[in-house]
Amino acid sequence: MNSLAAYLVLAALVFAIGLAISLTRRNAILVLIGIELMLNAANLNLIAFWRYGPHPAAHGDGLTGMMFAIFSIAVAAAEAAVGLGLIIAYHRHTKTTDLDAMTRMKG
Amino acid sequence: MIFGFSLTFLLTATLTVAGALAAAMLRNLVHCALSLTVTFGGLALLYLQLGAQFAGFSQILVYIGAVAILVVFAILLTRGAGIPEYRGFSTSWFFGLVIASAVFALLTWSVVRSLPASAATAAPSVTVQSIGASLMSTYVLPLEIVAVVLTVALIGAVIVAMPESRAPKSEAESSGAK
Amino acid sequence: MSLANQLDQIFVFLQHWIEGFFPQWLQPGVGALIAVIGIVATFPAIFAVTTVLERKGLGRIQNRLGPNRVGPLGILQPVADGIKSLTKEDIVPRSADGVVHFLAPVVLVVAIFLGYAVLPVGRNMVLMNMDAGLLFFFAIGASTELSIFMAGWSSRNKYSLLGALRAVAQMISYEVPLLLSSVVAVMMTGSLSTVKIVEAQGGFTGIFPHWYVFTPWGFAGFILFVIAALAETNRSPFDLPEGESELVAGYFTEYSGFKFALFFLGEYLGMLSIAGFAITLFLGGWGAPFSFLGFMPSWAWFFLKLFAAIFFFIWLRGTLPRLRQDQLMNFAWKFMLPMTLLNLLVAGAWRFLGDGWSRWVICSLVLLFAYVLLGRVLMRHQHLGPRSYRYAE
Repeated sequence: MNSLAAYLVLAALVFAIGLAISLTRRNAILVLIGIELMLNAANLNLIAFWRYGPHPAAHGDGLTGMMFAIFSIAVAAAEAAVGLGLIIAYHRHTKTTDLDAMTRMKG
Repeated sequence: MIFGFSLTFLLTATLTVAGALAAAMLRNLVHCALSLTVTFGGLALLYLQLGAQFAGFSQILVYIGAVAILVVFAILLTRGAGIPEYRGFSTSWFFGLVIASAVFALLTWSVVRSLPASAATAAPSVTVQSIGASLMSTYVLPLEIVAVVLTVALIGAVIVAMPESRAPKSEAESSGAK
Repeated sequence: MSLANQLDQIFVFLQHWIEGFFPQWLQPGVGALIAVIGIVATFPAIFAVTTVLERKGLGRIQNRLGPNRVGPLGILQPVADGIKSLTKEDIVPRSADGVVHFLAPVVLVVAIFLGYAVLPVGRNMVLMNMDAGLLFFFAIGASTELSIFMAGWSSRNKYSLLGALRAVAQMISYEVPLLLSSVVAVMMTGSLSTVKIVEAQGGFTGIFPHWYVFTPWGFAGFILFVIAALAETNRSPFDLPEGESELVAGYFTEYSGFKFALFFLGEYLGMLSIAGFAITLFLGGWGAPFSFLGFMPSWAWFFLKLFAAIFFFIWLRGTLPRLRQDQLMNFAWKFMLPMTLLNLLVAGAWRFLGDGWSRWVICSLVLLFAYVLLGRVLMRHQHLGPRSYRYAE
């Protein structure tokens, strides 16, 4: 197993742990934490492929993977802000962040 | 020092996975957020090992410096701190675990089966100046779009999280007073 | 090699001489270790001197003597303070979160020491010449906010938590003007490497240096950077989170003994490192102020400028009153952020207006006009008159 495979398996492991957090925990904020972990695992994949893959200068100056990862970091931060704003608004309405109690659409 | 992989890779990988597992299993929310920060730090170290300096420092600046603090503030604002969740795991936790393991197994199988035996290429030479030049020439459209996305997200998050305005109440008072 | 050059590079020669005792494969590690030992020895020593200077200086500003019992004129006071903090009992509240309470000062001090790695204290005297050195410094500075939150939250004390939240809100708000005002210097140099930024300010026109502070955009950038730096390190007049008359001691109320000393050390070292970066970005780093003064060693100039900056910070602390939380947030978002963005525009215009006296006039006028206009607009609802007193009848 070469180094690229090692990084990809590590990214898969972090992704699976993030998915487990999102699916098994009860608090809405922990679900967001899981989503951030999944996004980070995808970023690690991107940068591992950028490092160990071919670098055609014609396609994006040979920087495609890193650029993709940087834009992904920026967008993930924006998405975390909006998601946490939603959770705060919901908590203000129902005084709970328990996902098992958020089963109704009625406000 | 190679046990199949270099020692630094093994150490940072262990740190990252340990942080992620701690975020999954701890009861106290703030502890989960802090172990998430450790995971972000481990990932930044991995980016630095892969030679992506700019991405690694941006990861520290954005994730540890902003997203982690955002998560912690949200925990405090929703009164989640100090009270360990007595029912931390949801009722259907087993199926979630099964799905996550299945995803991991599928990804690992596809990685191990499809990669060639050796993939060692030379590290690409990247300077901050080349990143800047390519941001302004090849990637100028994504840059502007990300700027718009960030502005919209900022305004949207503020509007969503803002307390509701008093306008309906004052209308009712003024109509009641008449 | 002339004597001035030898004196300039004396520490580099020392490092190479010690490295020579070790085998070839160990030499880079030993070189880095020597540089680290140098940093860990120098800057805490400057911190000790700063504490004495601050207490004596504040005392004199406030028309009293500072500490004058320990040693001649009180200069051995840091030794007494060190012994006191090492021998005090370490009290941890029973309901405090033990692990986080312990880790908070450790994370702070580690993050602050990491920031010194890219600070060029002299010619060829930087621990790591990274391509993205300035980004590294700001990234590590952003990590210190988390340790302040950890300290405030783990103490299980309402006042600590309030102080920590105020401090984190203040630091996040002033992070944006800090980064934007330093981007001006980066833009004009064309590199994020601190060594290149210092070298770009090394030329002389006649006897005057090419420091960025002597240009309109550099002057505005320097002032904005210093204000944001004061707020980042919770230094007066932005020290509401740790104000002694407001919140007991803010986020480190529940810390005693050595942990308190670590927080104190971390805060002052942060102040020194960010002053060092202000010097690197705008004041020419280790460069001499006049071309005929080039015979003095570069590290001597850096530390002279650092002491001037420390004196200025102490002077500010003794003179200005504290800003209220809403006043400082208003100031950050409504005044400093537009000014830093305008500064970027002006710096771009400077580059495109070409050489000559016209660009000086145009850029200075634009910045002055914006400053006055923004100030007038923001103050139009404040009714500040002469102070009035109410006495008990």
